[in-house]
Amino acid sequence: MTVIEAENISKKYIIDHKKGNAKADTFSETFTQGIRNLFTKNSEEEVEHEDFWALKGVSFKIDQGDRVGIIGSNGAGKSTMLKVLSRITEPTEGRISIKGRVASLLEVGTGFHPELSGRENIFLNGAILGMKRNDIKQKFDAIVDFAGVEKFLDTPVKRYSSGMYVRLGFAISAHLEPEILIVDEVLAVGDAEFQRKCLGKMKDASTSGRTILFVSHNLTAVQGLCNKAMFMQKGRLIEMGETNQVLANYLSQVQKTALESWYLTPEEAPGNDKVRLKSIKLEPQFVGNLRHLDVRTPFKVKIEFWNMMDRANLNISLHLNSLTGECIFNIGTLSQSFEKGIIQAECEIPADFLNDGSYSISFMIVQDTSTVLYNFEESLIFEIEDYREGTSWYGKWPGYIRPKIDFPITQLELESVS
Amino acid sequence: MQETIIEAGHSEKHYWRDLWRFKDLLIILARRDLTVRYKQTVIGIAWAVIRPILTVSVFVFAFHKVSKIKDESGIPFEIIIFTGVIYWNFFASAFQQVSNSVTGNANLVSKVYFPRLLMPLSSVAVPFVDFLVGFFVLIPFLLYRGVPIDWHILFVPVFLFFGFLAALSLGVIFASLNVQFRDFQQIVPLIVQYGFFVCPVAFSIATVQNLSWYKYYAWLNPLAGIIEGFRWCLIPGYRFFSFQSFIPSIVFVIITTVLAIYFFRKKEKTFVDYI
Repeated sequence: MTVIEAENISKKYIIDHKKGNAKADTFSETFTQGIRNLFTKNSEEEVEHEDFWALKGVSFKIDQGDRVGIIGSNGAGKSTMLKVLSRITEPTEGRISIKGRVASLLEVGTGFHPELSGRENIFLNGAILGMKRNDIKQKFDAIVDFAGVEKFLDTPVKRYSSGMYVRLGFAISAHLEPEILIVDEVLAVGDAEFQRKCLGKMKDASTSGRTILFVSHNLTAVQGLCNKAMFMQKGRLIEMGETNQVLANYLSQVQKTALESWYLTPEEAPGNDKVRLKSIKLEPQFVGNLRHLDVRTPFKVKIEFWNMMDRANLNISLHLNSLTGECIFNIGTLSQSFEKGIIQAECEIPADFLNDGSYSISFMIVQDTSTVLYNFEESLIFEIEDYREGTSWYGKWPGYIRPKIDFPITQLELESVS
Repeated sequence: MQETIIEAGHSEKHYWRDLWRFKDLLIILARRDLTVRYKQTVIGIAWAVIRPILTVSVFVFAFHKVSKIKDESGIPFEIIIFTGVIYWNFFASAFQQVSNSVTGNANLVSKVYFPRLLMPLSSVAVPFVDFLVGFFVLIPFLLYRGVPIDWHILFVPVFLFFGFLAALSLGVIFASLNVQFRDFQQIVPLIVQYGFFVCPVAFSIATVQNLSWYKYYAWLNPLAGIIEGFRWCLIPGYRFFSFQSFIPSIVFVIITTVLAIYFFRKKEKTFVDYI
């Protein structure tokens, strides 16, 4: 059954420029402008409006029980979409029909009043999120338990630590039982343990047949929680479908840009009068349908440089660094004698080796295995996306490397119950 | 199953039904304002008693001991002032609270849907409770001064209702304007301050009755009729109120209420874009 049907939704904001006779910000400006407009005929010429379409012609259908992840870069219209769906703002065009009670969580602890106690805020926030008083009473103990704030129930929340505040806020929302739940990035707060708890709760909600819309930058969480995904870009819906398919297309579009840097002539290239960089390139060796670089993808690093010396003994020393600057490994080619011209080196980084994250490659060209001719720092920066199976943990996987190492586990002895 | 249609232009098809559906929230918001009002004070609700008494004392001192203004009604001036101040405090603080209700709840407006009219409605709770407390101080005071209570007192809710509607409707118009133009935040306290002297709060309408511009006064100041009506309820034989003089007030309240609803509903869709 279709529970949400959106037809041709658009949302326009008008951005006004302060040039000339721009939009009035205070009453006096509106007033004087109004007076002026009485006397001038073509007032439209004076005002500089710019239409900004935060959403443009978005149509989709969501079935009952679907868990839909909405992904896209900043400014793609994800949040506007959630605001329109949760009726906070009205669409400029289009029509949406929603069947069922909707609860939207665009923030943790919406409407908490700092002067009120934890107990009072549970009732306040619950009512704001659309719970009936009796529902809140029934779930009160469970909420307090989930948040772990028993001792501070009668303390004003202004004296809560930020962690307690967030936990209480989430605990209340977690006990909402709407038919449709709209969630915006609330999981970006709190520590790893709390995030795990939240995602677990979302998973529970999703298995109970509820419809969920979920905006997140945590692609791993989207992958783990959602069976469908919507990819948005510049206010338009680019693709909607099976999560893995949409995620893959999204990532391949995002990554397309930065895997290569090259120079046409030595004059513009970095380096010195002995060696200059021609190109450095990262070539993913995609397996199957995959079109983006994740932890499963082996890739090649190819370096080409101009050598402007005769008969020089050269080798390359390559550093792969984390974005925070730690060196993860250093490898070197053999030293060899080269003539003037273009020299190429290539290495392959295997699959299931680097963890997900951002990395940079720096390399040096070395003469006679001892003299550094030039150090090309951070000549390529790239990102490896996450992928995991068979786990319901969606937090950041720790470490720089993530090798697949055989790690068998068995039960040795059965202890008899006495 | 509940079905919601969101459509460009007329998304609030079921506005009034929604308002009813959210009545729980109305109560909770009102209770929030009441609870927060006297948090972290030592004497709490006693402030609602002390404030009008202080105001009355100061005005009795200023008007009758210092500047010796003569009230023409023949009724002891402290009774005129006390009744006037209790009512004016209710109107003025309701008007102020309602005007700030939308901007004061900005965090809710931008994060969650509910009928926006709940904010002005719920913000009347605090002035109303303050009024009740003041009223129960006023009654013993009147009895002590030898003013008996008669059946007119049954009309207090009527005049309270008109004052409530006047404060709410004016406040709602200001609240919607305030979202976009914070200038109105500056204007409201001024209106309240000047209104105190323009309306028959610290004097009775009898004082101005013999002046040549009196016939315009009642029409230009619809609150005058309401305040005098309130006195009529409490002071037996009060001669300065007639239902005829109340007509401008009724007309005024009806017009502002209709305007306020129209204006608020037109503006509320864009609150989130400006707040």
